[in-house]
Amino acid sequence: MQAAALLFLAQRASALVLAPLVLVHLGLAIYAIHGGLTAAEILGRTQGSAAWTLFYGLFVVAAAVHAPIGLRNVLREWLGLKGLGVNLVLVGFGAVLLLLGLRAVAAVTGI
Amino acid sequence: MPAGISPFSCANGGGRRYSGIMSNTSSTLDVRIWRGGEDGAFQPFSVPRQEHQTVLDVVTYVQRELDPTLAYRFACRVGMCGSCGMTVNGRPRWTCRTHVETATRGSDVLELAPLRSLPIIRDLVTDMTPFFEKWQTAQGRATGSKTRADDTQKIDPASPRRQAADAAIECINCGVCYAACDVVASDPDYLGPAALNRAWTLMNDDREADRAGVLEAATAGGGCHSCHSHGSCVEHCPVGLNPSAGIAGLKRLSLLAMVGGKI
Repeated sequence: MQAAALLFLAQRASALVLAPLVLVHLGLAIYAIHGGLTAAEILGRTQGSAAWTLFYGLFVVAAAVHAPIGLRNVLREWLGLKGLGVNLVLVGFGAVLLLLGLRAVAAVTGI
Repeated sequence: MPAGISPFSCANGGGRRYSGIMSNTSSTLDVRIWRGGEDGAFQPFSVPRQEHQTVLDVVTYVQRELDPTLAYRFACRVGMCGSCGMTVNGRPRWTCRTHVETATRGSDVLELAPLRSLPIIRDLVTDMTPFFEKWQTAQGRATGSKTRADDTQKIDPASPRRQAADAAIECINCGVCYAACDVVASDPDYLGPAALNRAWTLMNDDREADRAGVLEAATAGGGCHSCHSHGSCVEHCPVGLNPSAGIAGLKRLSLLAMVGGKI
């Protein structure tokens, strides 16, 4: 399987997943601020919610796939960084995004 | 190269259409031509203006009348051979079919430099080797399967695939799209619009015997998936081709092949 084609597909597919999630997330943020919700009130709604766990879990996974691929292109084209070392660093970057994101999801939903 | 000097600086934006108007312009042209190699500099010349004068006419005048040591490349002078590509007032163009009026947009300044993203040999002459090597890397060459004993293969000119090939086939290898492409400028591995456009024509050619090989070559690292679809190749192609569309077609084919487990 061609790595270039696979990365291209993974970046587009994750963007497809992210697009509606980002819109809902932004709408939610605006709603929460305008509604004057406190952190406790927000947590009261998210704790134990399977739906929010699924929503933000998917968000984190898609972002962890999407961001390192884009960053790889930036590093290749703007800084000329290539090779296995850079790829490994980016895999690490994706793993950090995934771990921190899932940790945040677990904290907010309590699941 | 002296600080602040680049053969690709833009003295004057440059438009596409020839206005045919000679009014409000002086009788001489202020020409600045890149001299030397990568660390060269612009040299000024004064060239008499003439109606319907092409940029190549100006370069030829300079070499014949002002400085015979000026190096530049041309052959057919009628837009067929693709050898006279240069950076004209910041834009890559074929110079034999670019009127001075078009390039200067009514001003008297004409700045000529070699094509971008290619090594400069001297003055306006670039080394096209990387450009043509990338054609080979993209497997931009026909592979046949028939012998002279076989009948000529019948191709329906109206078939969608042949029409897609026909729409992209008239490339004259001038390198203008390559010089115009910002991805080529920033990623030395990128094969560029011309090579990938050629691969696209082969993917649509029923006579091509190794389409799987072409797709694999055009899809590998530095291939079609590196294109950002900026469309600079489309904007600058002197013969009006659309390499961006062909590259998008290659991306589509490669994803279908990948889903089908073929690459």
